[in-house]
Amino acid sequence: MSFDVADVRRQFPILSEIIDGRPIHYLDNGASAQTPLAVIDAVRTYETTGRANVLRGVHRLAERATEAYENARIEVAKFLGVQPMEVVFTGGCTAAINLVAYSYGQLLKPGDRILLSELEHHSNIVPWQLLRQRSGIELDMLPVTLDGRIDLTALPRLLTNKTKLVSLAHVSNVTGALLDVRAVVEAANTVSAKVMLDGAQRAPHGPLDLPALGIDFYAFAGHKAYGPNGIGILWARPELLEAMPPFHGGGSMIGRVTLAKTTWAPPPRRFEAGTPPIGPAIGLGAACQWMAALDWSAAHDHEMALVQRLMDGLQGIDGTRLLGPASLQNRYPVVSFMLDGVHPHDVAQTLDSFGVAVRAGHHCAQPLMDRFDLDGTTRASMAPYNDNDDIDALLAGVRHAAKTLR
Amino acid sequence: MSDQLYQERIVALAKAKTGAGKLASPTKSARRDNPLCGDRVTIDVTVDGNGKIAEIAHQVRGCLLCQASASALASVAVGRDVASIVDLRHDAERAIGRESGEAHEPFTAFAPVRDYKSRQECVLLPFEALQDALS
Repeated sequence: MSFDVADVRRQFPILSEIIDGRPIHYLDNGASAQTPLAVIDAVRTYETTGRANVLRGVHRLAERATEAYENARIEVAKFLGVQPMEVVFTGGCTAAINLVAYSYGQLLKPGDRILLSELEHHSNIVPWQLLRQRSGIELDMLPVTLDGRIDLTALPRLLTNKTKLVSLAHVSNVTGALLDVRAVVEAANTVSAKVMLDGAQRAPHGPLDLPALGIDFYAFAGHKAYGPNGIGILWARPELLEAMPPFHGGGSMIGRVTLAKTTWAPPPRRFEAGTPPIGPAIGLGAACQWMAALDWSAAHDHEMALVQRLMDGLQGIDGTRLLGPASLQNRYPVVSFMLDGVHPHDVAQTLDSFGVAVRAGHHCAQPLMDRFDLDGTTRASMAPYNDNDDIDALLAGVRHAAKTLR
Repeated sequence: MSDQLYQERIVALAKAKTGAGKLASPTKSARRDNPLCGDRVTIDVTVDGNGKIAEIAHQVRGCLLCQASASALASVAVGRDVASIVDLRHDAERAIGRESGEAHEPFTAFAPVRDYKSRQECVLLPFEALQDALS
């Protein structure tokens, strides 16, 4: 199947916006992707024909809402290759990781260890630091190689019998490096440690088969995967969800409440206290359906051709350096770079005047910036709707910044 | 448009690097970080017996606006009463449109930042570091 980028672009209304007389070149997908009509329509259908609370009502609108909400869970489960009852709707990827840190964390004992890496997003560092403060667990950090990959050669040294969990980025939000999940799982199995992946940067690039990965927890965000914001996903093995106590207390997550004692609902409801983000969940279900319909083999080739075009173009600009793998192997379309003598924010601000949206700064990965002694990077992150014009506009902006700001 | 932001005067202030570096034996110093963007400013000062700033130096790990602001601040801080440093900050705030009234040199150079709210903290960070150092 050939990949028709024009057809994909037509499905994203925002891409035809004009700002200051220029088209939008949206290369900040790693922060938030744009959303297709299919998602907008699904949310609109809920808001206009089925808006009500879920689970408890007996009226028609409540039934419609509940059915749409649970159908969304089924779509997400299909996208991940898992069972719907293993899928928990959360407020986002950060909320999902915090849920695990709190609830799975309650099963850990002082002295137990959790293994992270130096390239993690703050959302996969800080919840574990909070857990350390609460419960006396210890954290270990896998180092990062010069080309921006997690250095898995350190696994044997850092995995111990005390290690209960390894939590790593599936794809780095800074370097684009794809984790060798098989190697991590094999090593973790030798000490019976669980494995959690932060899938925020991987999920937007096609369906997954989580059971085949052999992992135990997976988290991702709706808004980075073409869905609404305010919604995220936690998947966990059913026996883990069953063993975990609740994170938040409130309505929906209970079995029976008396003034003396409360019992918990089974998962996933145990972890969905209160009224969930119903519209965003329905939108994310539609986003998963939309992603599942795309030919990802062709879309990935297209995205990586954009990465190559960008890396080739940057190489032709004096004083640019890449932070991340130079090859296209085992990487995703996130490209971080520095322009010597120009701060990343000034590069990004200049790019804005070319109609190009990128992210600049530490990307919520300050330990990684410290590792490379950087103030920050400029980051372009691609989606299937990006095209050569987007890359060429970015390169023109970087050339302009190089000429005028140093 | 960013070309309007990065006007010649701002770029020139940043490139001038007035006061860039460290003092050998500062009487006071402070570091201020902007957690949102990661900009970081360290300011060293020496204050003489009359309560005036005798020397000032800054190290900026930040954007061009932050560098230009530190440079502008250093160019007018020496010889001033410690108590009057707050006036310089008001001047900068007037230049970027956060306070009403006319700004004075050299801070008038920052007038283009009025239209870029997300970048105004970059201009103010050196002032915050200096105020921390003097407090």
